Amino acid sequence: MAYRKTLAGLVAATILAGSTTASFAATEIQWWHAFTGRLGELLAEQVEKFNASQDDYVVVASHKGNYSETLNAGIAAFRAGEQPHILQVFEVGTATMMSAKGAIVPVYELMENTGKPFDADAYLAAVKGYYTTTDGEMLSLPYNSSTPVLYVNRDALEAAGLDPDMDLSTWEQVGTALDALKANGSSCPLTTAWQSWVHLENLSAYHNVPFATKENGFAGTDTELAFNGPVQVAHISAMGEWAKDGKFIYSGRRNEGGARFRSGECAFFTESSAGYAGVKAEAEFAFDIRALPYWSSVEGAPQNTIIGGASLWVMSGHEDEEYAGVAEFLNFLSSADIQANWHQNTGYLPITAAAYEQTKESGFYKENPGTDIAIIQMTGKAPTANSKGLRLGNFDQIRGIIDEELEAVWAGDKDAKTALDSAVERGNQLLRRFEQANR
Amino acid sequence: MQKRVVFNNRLLPYLLLAPQIVVTMLFFFWPAGQAIYQSAYIPDPFGLSSQFVGWGNFEFLLSDPYYLASFKTTVVFSTLVTVTSMGAALWLAVMADRVIKGSSAYKTLLVWPYAVAPAVAGVLWLFMFNPNVGLVAWYLGAAGYDWNHVLNDGEAMGLVVAASSWRQISYNFLFFLAGLQAIPKSVIEAAAIDGASFARRFWTIVFPLLSPTTFFLLVVNIVYAFFETFGVIHTITAGGPQQATTILVYKVFSDGFVGQDLGSSAAQSVILLVLVGLLTVVQFRYIERKVHY
Repeated sequence: MAYRKTLAGLVAATILAGSTTASFAATEIQWWHAFTGRLGELLAEQVEKFNASQDDYVVVASHKGNYSETLNAGIAAFRAGEQPHILQVFEVGTATMMSAKGAIVPVYELMENTGKPFDADAYLAAVKGYYTTTDGEMLSLPYNSSTPVLYVNRDALEAAGLDPDMDLSTWEQVGTALDALKANGSSCPLTTAWQSWVHLENLSAYHNVPFATKENGFAGTDTELAFNGPVQVAHISAMGEWAKDGKFIYSGRRNEGGARFRSGECAFFTESSAGYAGVKAEAEFAFDIRALPYWSSVEGAPQNTIIGGASLWVMSGHEDEEYAGVAEFLNFLSSADIQANWHQNTGYLPITAAAYEQTKESGFYKENPGTDIAIIQMTGKAPTANSKGLRLGNFDQIRGIIDEELEAVWAGDKDAKTALDSAVERGNQLLRRFEQANR
Repeated sequence: MQKRVVFNNRLLPYLLLAPQIVVTMLFFFWPAGQAIYQSAYIPDPFGLSSQFVGWGNFEFLLSDPYYLASFKTTVVFSTLVTVTSMGAALWLAVMADRVIKGSSAYKTLLVWPYAVAPAVAGVLWLFMFNPNVGLVAWYLGAAGYDWNHVLNDGEAMGLVVAASSWRQISYNFLFFLAGLQAIPKSVIEAAAIDGASFARRFWTIVFPLLSPTTFFLLVVNIVYAFFETFGVIHTITAGGPQQATTILVYKVFSDGFVGQDLGSSAAQSVILLVLVGLLTVVQFRYIERKVHY
């Protein structure tokens, strides 16, 4: 008996040893990302699904802090020769990554080298455009992309004697609604998240005016900021007036305004389409998602809005075999099922046309009205040189400068023209430094 | 007769000093040297290429009015933090020194905040004063005061000063209390018998005898306000509104670690290094003379 037990134990041990070697044989792929909470869970689900679908590769996802911290971790790791295979980088870091020619493997090159089927045209043009060169070569894989929309508290409108179904497609119409809300005693008629992204970057694209020269930086690092044009000045001026009258309430540089809208304090809120999940979960009032308003006085508006969010960059310095796994994983992430699921759960855009179609057919948009507004708004017109996206170096710092100058307008310390001129001048110095660093 | 210790071995003293020297070299001179070296370059973030610019980074910084303005912000901030944290700590220490019943409980509680990390302290204060959801901000609103440090620069400065000082009060308190307890009771009692009031005893006896501690804390607190407060600022205001709370060390952090502009960040640390060096020299030459050991 004892002998048999020992034998059984031995067999078990051998099997166990065998299975560990098998998992060791699977090539490990490191993915560093910036997601926590619900988004982190959904991301982990995708990874699990991929790992279960095949035996050759194991993707290991690690959370490295917020977007800035993740980018920093990637850079520090590259300097130490310990870089991951895949790094999630926010759209602001795109120019930084693009210029780091020795540090990255462009996605189109990766797909070519590994011979994986890859069709860059499967992606929505407005999403793809942000991450491709002027020659149409895709450098990083779009992952989570969103675009700003207008969230409306229907109950607040009704309380102010307005028709909650009223047309809010232009800022002029929003302005009249703000008057009514203010007159009715609302303490926060309008607030915003990510002021530079919504009210300057997207405003410029949406009205087909340049944010920066050289196709917003796509055509070269010798670009200069140009967001002190008449359209932007008029918009910031109007916002400044609203701020002075207590119709626009400034909540902070990031998405601090979200809590105020979700609690029902604010009637209008301009925020990323990815804020949908949070609003849906918390709002105890009837809400609407509307397209971002435009100024009807500007000819050609609305053009299309641009994206925010992050893309996946493949880093250099790894083995060919590992790159094959990376290519397979990226293809898996772009598949219609995964993307449609991601889109419906988070409010991020479906990055491929197939995922959009699949979501449409599933009836999701009918059940959740407003969730397709972002896509329609982004894909309504073919992007122009002004609405393809932005590619500016040191952009995180430039956004900081824009935040500072806009705060001066909201506080009534500067008029819109002075503030934007100053932001352009200060930002240009940082662009020149970036140009110098990447000569 | 005086007893003298003499090392017969010539090497031994160096050997005994070696650990300290190695630590100083490794953790101070080497990084400082690196900072000076890097301040002459504009590198790309990945370290793939680097442009030599000589004094270029310094010229860029010193011609930037916003950078120069942050000197003034730093002076205001550091003065406020030092005065607030030392003043409050001294007051608390004098009071705690007089308490007889339950004094150890008071002392323990007063030391606690020091254990809170700067970033956590920042978040705590931010939650209390958050204009949207903060409890204190809500009560202020109910009392008719519209608190909004997101746009009001004075309020933002007040908030970061309070959060930075709050933590440091505990540290100062410890030293002040130890200093107070080292003052011979007989001197104070003699003055009391002569009819000197508490305030008079404090200003003519206690405060002068406490001056070595005060001087030490002054140096430590200024260094703290200059260097260790960026965590608090990062979590509460991120340097805003406009640039109202952008102190020098926060700019080093945000340009280097958020903006990836390592050249400018290195040049800024060199400037800061020189500045604090000068400040320490001034303190030791001019203020230390007024200290009675």
